[in-house]
Amino acid sequence: MELWQAFVQILHTLIPWLDGTVASILIILIKAIALVMPLMLVVAYFTYAERKVIGYMQLRIGPNRVGPKGWLQPIADALKLMTKEIIFPTKANIYLFLLAPVLAIAPAIAVWAVIPFDEGIYVTNLDISLLYVLAIGSIGVYGIILAGWASNSKYPLLGALRSASLLVSYEIVIGFALVTVVMIAGSANLNTIVQAQQGGIVHWYFIPLFPMMIIFFISALVETNRAPFDVVEGESEIVGGTHVEYSGMTFAVFFLAEYANMILMAVLAVVMFFGGWHSPFEAIPYFENVFAWVPGIIWLLAKTTFFMFLYLWVRATFPRFRYDQIMHLSWKVFLPITIIWIFVVALMTRLQLGPWF
Amino acid sequence: MESEQIIFYILSFWFVTSSLLMIFSRNAAKAVLFLVLVFFSAASIWILLEAEFLAITLILVYVGAVMVLFLFVIKMLNIDKSTLRAKFTGYLPLGLVVAAIVAAEMSLVLGANQFGLDVFSSPTRHDAGYSNITVLAMQLYTTYVYPFELAAVLLLTAIIAAITLVHRNDTSHKKQSISEQVNVQAKDRVRLVSITLPSKEDK
Repeated sequence: MELWQAFVQILHTLIPWLDGTVASILIILIKAIALVMPLMLVVAYFTYAERKVIGYMQLRIGPNRVGPKGWLQPIADALKLMTKEIIFPTKANIYLFLLAPVLAIAPAIAVWAVIPFDEGIYVTNLDISLLYVLAIGSIGVYGIILAGWASNSKYPLLGALRSASLLVSYEIVIGFALVTVVMIAGSANLNTIVQAQQGGIVHWYFIPLFPMMIIFFISALVETNRAPFDVVEGESEIVGGTHVEYSGMTFAVFFLAEYANMILMAVLAVVMFFGGWHSPFEAIPYFENVFAWVPGIIWLLAKTTFFMFLYLWVRATFPRFRYDQIMHLSWKVFLPITIIWIFVVALMTRLQLGPWF
Repeated sequence: MESEQIIFYILSFWFVTSSLLMIFSRNAAKAVLFLVLVFFSAASIWILLEAEFLAITLILVYVGAVMVLFLFVIKMLNIDKSTLRAKFTGYLPLGLVVAAIVAAEMSLVLGANQFGLDVFSSPTRHDAGYSNITVLAMQLYTTYVYPFELAAVLLLTAIIAAITLVHRNDTSHKKQSISEQVNVQAKDRVRLVSITLPSKEDK
């Protein structure tokens, strides 16, 4: 935090004519760039990690030709996608066709504005940041629906219809699961939620909210169209779903949005249920001092990486669900469990159970 | 002009423009998208008024769920534009009368004589620690808890009624029981029958 204030001071001395409004806009802009650039890099290397991890799980090597051990593969992929031609389908609605990838990636990045990375490190500190995450996250579905509709093609339309119904039903489940977090933390502010989990691993919310944590993770798989729930793309059923008509950079933008959303869901799981930036060794006599020097952001990123790995693990393990099975899971299994658990949490709050309240 | 005022006028401009575009666009899907833009501008203006909870709820409920279902329905419908246009002139006089009455009513209720600066003083800024969601929650769950719960029960009744209306006497479509499908055993599906073939000597 001292570093940040020193940086603001330097900015003010370098450009003395900056007045309050312009300076604050500039600072927000710098913060946003400092967030988005590493995010895009992580997204690029997440695709590489996915191919490598799934490769090893299936006893293959994965990409190993471009650069040492294939480290430059994502860069080569990006260059290839940028130089490829963008093909527009005949009689497609060009404006909506091009607007769709923008609508997919804009919310995927905008949500990151409220994620707390460490004590006091965030772009903005909203009082209702949890609701902001849900609201902006729910806009991402427009990208997929418009892509399906504007392509003027059969398979994309089928993919878009599946996506719309899946996302709407699982958003309800995610909303209910996060209500329990708000009930325990007593705030919808992500910063306050993480601060409330201070005091060692037993204070983290995955213990009282264990079923909610599982439900959140599975619903996050559906929300990000990941295997085993990727019926929106489902290459064995509807070719590639909404992405069929997209090529080159327009496809790459959808790809970026999907992976940014996956990382976001992993971070959200950590912030809600696994103590955010808090060290797992807190309140453990010897290890607390040994690991005291590790900054909180490292813990957050380490936990997030574990959840990102889970996504890949799940993809390499499970076969695809049938569409009606996914719907059954949402409305007849998850929704009743979340509603029951809201009452359980209310009872726990009333009885002042455990160290969480 | 203050920067806040500039932002307000930009947002209001988009609010009015996109609502006009919504009404005048011929394509139903485009109209829905302009309506989404209207909701966004309205939510932004509410945030300027420090009603951030309402603004986020507007986006979450209307943009995130209701408008998605609208788009869903519009994609399924096959709208014949020529029949719509044929009836337009026939309904025009009636429509104009209704529009005039609605406009007059709205100007009477929402006009400057009701909400002008001489009736309502301009809203004061709250300090940095003010939490809109806490204030709203206190009101909803203490003073207005019975109306709030009644509204919830009403919505639940509406949902149950809609579902029962659709699924009444539903014998036409086949239902699958997933737990039965998962727990199926080989002996449920395949029946091995031993057949003794008639030998040639029997003939």
